[in-house]
Amino acid sequence: MSREVMEYDVVIVGGGPSGLSTAIKLKQLNPDINVCLLEKASEVGAHILSGNVFETKALDELIPNWKELNAPIKTKVTKEKFLFLGKTKSLSWPTWLLPKVQQNHKNYIISLANLCRWLAEQAEALGVEIFPGFPASEILYNEDGSVKGVATQDMGLDKEGNKKDSFEPGMELNAKVTVFAEGCRGHLGKQLIDKFELNKGKDPQQYGIGFKEIWEINEEKHEEGMVMHTAGWPLDNNTYGGSFVYHAENKQIFLGYVIGLDYKNPHLSPFDEFQRFKTHPAIKKIIEGGKRISYGARALIEGGLQSLPKMFMPGALLVGCDAGTLNMPKIKGSHTAMKSGMIAAETIIEHLNEKKSLSIYEEKFKKSWVYKELYAARNVKPSFSWGLILAIIFTGIDQILFRGKLPFTLKHKHADHDTLKPAKEMKKIDYPKPDNVITFDKTSSVYLTGTNHVDNQPVHLKLKNPDLPINYTLEKYDEPAQRYCPVGVYEVQKDNNTNKFVINSQNCIHCKTCDIKEPSQNITWVTPEGGGGPKYGNM
Amino acid sequence: MKILVAVKRVIDYNVQVRVKDDGTGVVTENVKMSTNPPDDNAIEEAVKIKESGKVKEVVAVTVGEDKAQETVRKALAVGADRGIHVKVDGIIEPLAVSKILQKIVDKEKPDLIFMGKQAIDDDCNQTGQMLAALLNYPQATFASKIEVKEKSLEVTREVDEGLETIEVNIPAIVTCDLRLNEPRYASLPNIMKAKKKPLEQINVADLEVDTKPRIEQIKVEEPPKRKAGIKVGSVAELVQKLKNEAKVI
Repeated sequence: MSREVMEYDVVIVGGGPSGLSTAIKLKQLNPDINVCLLEKASEVGAHILSGNVFETKALDELIPNWKELNAPIKTKVTKEKFLFLGKTKSLSWPTWLLPKVQQNHKNYIISLANLCRWLAEQAEALGVEIFPGFPASEILYNEDGSVKGVATQDMGLDKEGNKKDSFEPGMELNAKVTVFAEGCRGHLGKQLIDKFELNKGKDPQQYGIGFKEIWEINEEKHEEGMVMHTAGWPLDNNTYGGSFVYHAENKQIFLGYVIGLDYKNPHLSPFDEFQRFKTHPAIKKIIEGGKRISYGARALIEGGLQSLPKMFMPGALLVGCDAGTLNMPKIKGSHTAMKSGMIAAETIIEHLNEKKSLSIYEEKFKKSWVYKELYAARNVKPSFSWGLILAIIFTGIDQILFRGKLPFTLKHKHADHDTLKPAKEMKKIDYPKPDNVITFDKTSSVYLTGTNHVDNQPVHLKLKNPDLPINYTLEKYDEPAQRYCPVGVYEVQKDNNTNKFVINSQNCIHCKTCDIKEPSQNITWVTPEGGGGPKYGNM
Repeated sequence: MKILVAVKRVIDYNVQVRVKDDGTGVVTENVKMSTNPPDDNAIEEAVKIKESGKVKEVVAVTVGEDKAQETVRKALAVGADRGIHVKVDGIIEPLAVSKILQKIVDKEKPDLIFMGKQAIDDDCNQTGQMLAALLNYPQATFASKIEVKEKSLEVTREVDEGLETIEVNIPAIVTCDLRLNEPRYASLPNIMKAKKKPLEQINVADLEVDTKPRIEQIKVEEPPKRKAGIKVGSVAELVQKLKNEAKVI
């Protein structure tokens, strides 16, 4: 069946900070260029989840008068703390002893979702056509193998893939250049990296899963502008992770936890580690008497420069976390994602006007401050494979004494899906039951995400081998999908003494953790019907 | 024939609604908003009737703040021909909305007026009925099936006892139930075309309608949390608990 076709100069897939910055920069450089931006969420911002302590460097370059334009960037960081947590004790680390990259006094506490909503308004005012609720589900190629554009998802298919009355076929959007800005583990970006071997000679990519809750807390406990990070408990020395507690506006705090997806114990449940973390006296005292108003989770990309794929290919560019531009020791990726998009826009304009090859993207990227940042940051994350204590000592030497200029580069050795040990070799973890005051279960948490997928549509979490979860993964790893999924999409149910693997795909919040961590890479996340997924507010 | 369809912008049905700290209302800032679901059914039905050739024009109207225009644009993207946005800020009660719609009907002279049976935000279920009274038109509420005849409509209504079929003369007002149809998706090209369809803006002050609230809102509170259930051991225990604790038998 033939689909309708539309032609654009540039099609951008994804309305996060990198995609929107690409769009804005393109229009600033050439107001006549036709730019179309597709977003899978029902509105821009609804799938955005981030800490977020924001460095304005990229935005200062992109929209210097952002203050006048009333950007939702208001809460300046006024105070900083870093705590090492023991089981009940905590040790405060002096801020002056933190590496410079972890100092935040010039930064702001923001909601990245709200910033994206604002960026979308700026982009639309410049004439960018933004279409929320339209996931790009397929890459289109020219006969010579170059990227031709993308197709949007068919709407109105039933579970078996038959057309319902409301069926609406997808569209083909052709572009001179297609920009993939899907964020961490983009499902099209993943295909491009494979097809064009963009990660050839690079270290395996590294990921983490990040949780975030927004709490409204008592006024006397709220210190607007306060930024606190913790390391240590409840994770052991060998598991990479830590927390953030940001005091935002309106008595709200952004409370979150990040765990490296290279963890080894299949019994570990990232969700429960986060819940347990909140019971630490140093955290509990802040949120006690308050109310949890939002919950969400999203995978983030941590591999840095060693794992960064080539970001150009014939007809297309990868930007932001679809490639992996996050600065891990800074715990920030928004400013680097934005800048990578802005450089992509400059590249595209030169490519279209002066017929320069898209490969100049790499040269421009290497000359930019993003590259310098990522270069200096490169050795921090891999050092954590030695455990927290050694990593901290090394990071101190690397970041404080040498400022990231040590004459060697550490490698990432394993992909995250290769790190799990067999379940019987690892200790079971006994997580406390939720008290429904400070800690909660997954069911009440998923409710807060507002996620929904129209019933009776094809399952968007595909199993390459449908028997593998029960016949192999359950046996060997106690099916860790039951635990790494932050909203309980995957369940193993006993049915007349036989085990059944159940996928509650309607609960999915598009975090992509299953696509990353499944030990046999048996789960593939594909786009559901447009508008499906979480409805995050100010995440 | 011409159909006027009224649509309302409400908090999306997937969003967990949160009451403001000070009890003056619910939080709407940075919350995903959408068209009131049964209004989508009203638009779909009007467009279907137009596609069957029985109607020439479908006009979508909304009453609300600037952003309420999005709901009209969505109606235009799924087949309405033109839109009207009556601009009002703040909360406005069903009586005021019906008076505003009465003015629009006077001006547009539609043969049929469709809208959702009720809005999912305030659940009032009043606007259609009040508008019928103001215009002295017949009304068919909770419609789950509509058949257009020469000078009348045959409407199947969802009532407590089951289904009721009535016939109303045109001009008439129909409020639509979710069972009426399955709203279509807006396609990308149609969303683009919708941006170019005419959308008239009217300031509520120019309509000379009294929009003063009649109801004083005292406080907005969250409903009490449901208590966790318990398992009883026997029928006798259940009866005893229903009698002595729940005091319902």
